[in-house]
Amino acid sequence: MIAAAVVPTTTWYLVLAAGLFAIGMIGVLVRRNPLIMFMCIELMLNAVNLTFVALATELSDINGQTAVFFVLVVAAAEVVVGLGIIVAIMRRRQQVSADDLAALKG
Amino acid sequence: MELFVFACAAIMVLAGAIGVVLRSNPVHAALSMILTLFGIAVLFVSREANFLAAVQVIVYAGAIVVLFLFVIMLLGVDRAENLRTEPLGKIQRPLALVLGVGVFAVLATAVVRGRESLKFKGEGLATATLDEPDGNIRQIARSIFGDYVVAFEITSVLLIVAVVGTVVLARRRKSDRSAS
Repeated sequence: MIAAAVVPTTTWYLVLAAGLFAIGMIGVLVRRNPLIMFMCIELMLNAVNLTFVALATELSDINGQTAVFFVLVVAAAEVVVGLGIIVAIMRRRQQVSADDLAALKG
Repeated sequence: MELFVFACAAIMVLAGAIGVVLRSNPVHAALSMILTLFGIAVLFVSREANFLAAVQVIVYAGAIVVLFLFVIMLLGVDRAENLRTEPLGKIQRPLALVLGVGVFAVLATAVVRGRESLKFKGEGLATATLDEPDGNIRQIARSIFGDYVVAFEITSVLLIVAVVGTVVLARRRKSDRSAS
């Protein structure tokens, strides 16, 4: 069997992570719902995590996995604060989109 | 077998990510994100990062997505929104698509071209074997609580700040309550 002989290399993982990052970036750029934009930021963080883990195995260095651990912690804190901000904004006005949040615009 | 696992996980990741971007209902987008996060966890396992795969499922697919769904339900925005609105002009979406494809092309080219530079080898990764099934966890623990213990302690400060900040942000002030 030919397919069994092909083993996915680190490059495959990195290209997949690049694709995930690009999709997340497109999502942040095209969607106007702040919740969805947050989810797309999470996708981008996950793409970076995948890169870290793939390279940690390739270079057989545990520090890549440690970095992913810290990224997870920071992502959790970021989501908590971001959702708190969204709740505080949405309490004042209904059906908010990112374009309506222009109060600080000069 | 490895190829099959990679292909399935990659399809899960990409399908979930596209679902997050394209679904008009925020609940569906959050559920698509779970698909992506599980796919990432599968890829972590196939790269011998067993501890991180468990943490990924518990923290991301568990806590963070539940938090997203909770906020969606709390705010009552769980209905389909109109994706056709073009608030920033008609050019933005094609431009974003071009930019995304461009970023992907640049990253993929960099990855493929830089393949030869991956020569450095670290001290080695402990893989899960029958005599030491928790080798990965031991190694991460030695790294976090040894080399990075200061960063780990600062992380606890970060979490406290996040919790306090969220409470301050999201609570109703007395003036709001009396006004409404």
